[in-house]
Amino acid sequence: MKRIESLLSHLLLVLAVIFAVYPVLWLVTLALSPTSSQARAVILPIPDSLSLGNMKLLVGGGTPGGVALFLRQLGNSIIVSTATAIVSVVVALPASYALARMRFVGKNASVRTLLATQMFPAVASAVPLYLLLETLHLLDSRAGLVLVYATTSVPFAIFQLRGAIESIPIELEEAAMVDGASRFVAFVRVVLPVARPQIAVTALFAFMSAWNEFVLAATLLSRKEAFTLPVVLQGYVGEHSAAWGVFAAGAVFVSLPVMAFFYFVQRQLIEGLASGGVKG
Amino acid sequence: MREHGLKLVALVLLALFATACDEGPPRLSLWHAYRGDEATALEEAVHRFELESGLGVDVLAVPFAGYASKLEAAIPREHGPDVFVDVHNRLGKFERLGLVAPVGDALGEAKDFAEPALKAVTVDGKVLGVPLAQKSFALYINRSLLPETPKTLTALVETKMPAGTFPFAYESESAYSHAAFLHTFHGEMLTSTGDFGMVGKEAEASLDLVHRWTEEGHIPGDADGALVAQLFSSGKVAAVMSGPWLLADLHVRFPLRIEPLPPLDEVHGAIRPYLTVDAAMLTPSGAGKPGARSLARFLAHERSSLEIRSSLGRQILPLRNVETQDAVAMAFRRAAEDAIPMPTSGAMRAAWVPADQAIRKVLRGDASSHDALVEAEERFRNAAAEAEPSSSPTPLFLVFSFGLVLAAFALVRRAKTATFRSDLRASKEAYRYLGVATVTVFFLVIVPLLVGAVTSFYSGTRNAPVYVGLANYVSILTARGGPLFGNGSFYRTLAVTVLWTVVNVAFHVVIGLVLALILSKPKLAARPLYRVLLILPWAAPSYITALTWKGMFQKQFGAVNALLGLVGVEPVSWFSKFSTAFAANVTTNVWLGFPFMMVVAMGALTSIPKEVLEAAEIDGATRTQRFFRVTLPLLRPSLLPSVILGAVWTFNMFNVVFLVSGGDPDGSTDILVSEAYRWAFTRDAQIGYAAAYAVIIFVLLFSTSELSDWWKRRRDAQARAAIAAHVLTEGA
Repeated sequence: MKRIESLLSHLLLVLAVIFAVYPVLWLVTLALSPTSSQARAVILPIPDSLSLGNMKLLVGGGTPGGVALFLRQLGNSIIVSTATAIVSVVVALPASYALARMRFVGKNASVRTLLATQMFPAVASAVPLYLLLETLHLLDSRAGLVLVYATTSVPFAIFQLRGAIESIPIELEEAAMVDGASRFVAFVRVVLPVARPQIAVTALFAFMSAWNEFVLAATLLSRKEAFTLPVVLQGYVGEHSAAWGVFAAGAVFVSLPVMAFFYFVQRQLIEGLASGGVKG
Repeated sequence: MREHGLKLVALVLLALFATACDEGPPRLSLWHAYRGDEATALEEAVHRFELESGLGVDVLAVPFAGYASKLEAAIPREHGPDVFVDVHNRLGKFERLGLVAPVGDALGEAKDFAEPALKAVTVDGKVLGVPLAQKSFALYINRSLLPETPKTLTALVETKMPAGTFPFAYESESAYSHAAFLHTFHGEMLTSTGDFGMVGKEAEASLDLVHRWTEEGHIPGDADGALVAQLFSSGKVAAVMSGPWLLADLHVRFPLRIEPLPPLDEVHGAIRPYLTVDAAMLTPSGAGKPGARSLARFLAHERSSLEIRSSLGRQILPLRNVETQDAVAMAFRRAAEDAIPMPTSGAMRAAWVPADQAIRKVLRGDASSHDALVEAEERFRNAAAEAEPSSSPTPLFLVFSFGLVLAAFALVRRAKTATFRSDLRASKEAYRYLGVATVTVFFLVIVPLLVGAVTSFYSGTRNAPVYVGLANYVSILTARGGPLFGNGSFYRTLAVTVLWTVVNVAFHVVIGLVLALILSKPKLAARPLYRVLLILPWAAPSYITALTWKGMFQKQFGAVNALLGLVGVEPVSWFSKFSTAFAANVTTNVWLGFPFMMVVAMGALTSIPKEVLEAAEIDGATRTQRFFRVTLPLLRPSLLPSVILGAVWTFNMFNVVFLVSGGDPDGSTDILVSEAYRWAFTRDAQIGYAAAYAVIIFVLLFSTSELSDWWKRRRDAQARAAIAAHVLTEGA
């Protein structure tokens, strides 16, 4: 019985993995094919011959100073995305705690307003945001970009963390406060550790929303040195034609850090309340 | 003391002087959206200008996808470039937005330019761009498949080919390509008065011809630019009609030849594609700088610039007299002689989408050319009409004051409750926690949204808005005077959107939850590997993966049909029916979205204490019972926010619809927000109209969530009442 169940689980997972990976294999094939090869398989995405030509073009191997520039742009992406993740979580945590645990005038109204902001589709929101950053003198800066990305991730972070905190038994904090901890200390010492998995999810989400965004980045940044990777990648798609091979190489390239990041974050997702939390 | 003061002043002056010096002579800036060799060539030409003039120029390559939005945002705020390179047919829009100024002496010798190119950059008698390069179609021939070019295109198309190869291919689905044949039949996309021209006998004949070619298997249907390039370079097509851009990415092993397009047949004469001209345009501030003007002039005329742009960049120069030995350049120059400059009028932007839709419809055999074109004309008129200016702000004022009164009423009622003051005092602590988030959300989220919402009361462009009051709303809600449930009407699109949201969210949640549950099992082998592989769809940039999916759904060469073929299913034309096109969109979006739900569910599962589940198991609960009675209720609080937000985001998820089905067939798979985007970006930039769509979407979503809240509260109250009644009767 147990064996069959385990087999079934693996079968389901393998099916899901095939579904998830198959389209990406096309990208990998495209990325690793020689620049000149265009012949394409129809069902099995396997390149005829392997070549790192596209990868080389991507990291700027072709031009002098190209590698340095690429590394710098990669650095921008990492800094901006990480900062977005940190800013979103730091800004959202206290607010979500208040929303989850405290009673205050205007609570309902603020929850609704927050949800409402997510309902407004951002058709052509680039221009208002541009004006805002101009006023703050943050155009063309990483800080400005982080600020803009926070617009999408902070409301989500607040919702997600509020739900997370609500699902933590309030007795944990009460016990700490009985022991003489202030509310803030209880929040930092008791709630935060227990909410760690959800914080990780929220941070991952914020990171991702910044990691792959290009329209706003292209609009707000005006120096090559300030560009983030998605802007660079999108530069391989022209009006009439595109260097799909290099773009695919880039897509594969930018997916790797995310997966690495996730690999480390996922340990947080296994633990959580069941193991470390309750003891604290 | 006084000496010190003097010294200080001197120091300050010195510092000021130093910072002034630091900036050096003002640098010019130039933006372009080229890529590859064309970009390198332009940048090299600019470099030669720097050497010759001693002026510094900052060059920025902007990705094409973000170019328009960047120009529109930056130039009016004077953060734009001095010179930018773009296609001439956008000049009409640029002029209305105030992004360009007459080029003045930057043009140089006008008589040097080929006449069509000069005509292309002239809008209402003003020269708004300096022509740099011209683009139009020529014929690319694979000599090993077609050693001799037939005299006419018809003969070429009907040439017998070995199985699996086509004699001819081009991007048959796009109106831009089709225009070449339309013009041959003396049709036009836009009439001289700016009305939709692709109607009548001529247009029908051109469509019927191409339809016949597709039906008889002479040309591949369903072909976009990438597929055409791929088929040609892999030797599956003997000849293709394409522009100079194809050359850049073509690496072929067969003898390649490029020729001007042959005439269609003996009767109809030359094939006349559109001519587009890449021009150096001057922003209003750039036009005032002599340096910027001489940069544009240099790029267009100076020998060193011409040389590098034509050799490395493979650009076709729009000049009258260029000696060239290059056969390719010659072929494109000759091909351009029959070409027709694309109109600059804003109405052109509104013509593309209806024309594209009509062409696809005919080529798939879904409608006769007559019916499809009549429908397209109607769509164009619909889209091109702008709301009448309204002088009276009264209706709007009434709506607003009604809202304000309601809000004030609610506030007063709240403030009058006995405990209000003490409540407020007790809220102080919470406010401290909320401070930063409130400020962030207010300035970064709410203010930009309000600015957006206000534009919905206007029509016209951003720098010349016309107040129209509620006209945009009225027009949307009355389906622009058409049938209320007709194709593309608000109500029909709304129904599709609701279906889209429900189906997607259901799949996301179920798949995500099931996977998370399996993955949460202790002792599962290879768990980290599964997790990391399953998150892939989320990790890869959605722009390219969505396009990969679109390619997989291609009829003749896509992987999905090939897989179905293995089990004996006939090839499906995915985007010709609502059901299959919708299924393609949903598949893509489910693929993109399930990892997020999976991760959220994984996080949420950690908040369920194992002891509770164990207790339930000991109490004899079956697995199903444990899931529905224990796990699911406990997951709810941490899963619900993501489900709600996921639903809201799916409701507004435009890029999958845009990239995969593009609204096909016939705009029927469009959702509300992709409709709004069409208004904002393709239909003559009707930002106000798009904003009205956005506000309506907002109101819809908001009232839905309010209603469900109210319903839930009522249900809870009823349940409590029922319990109370039950307890009372029990007690009695």
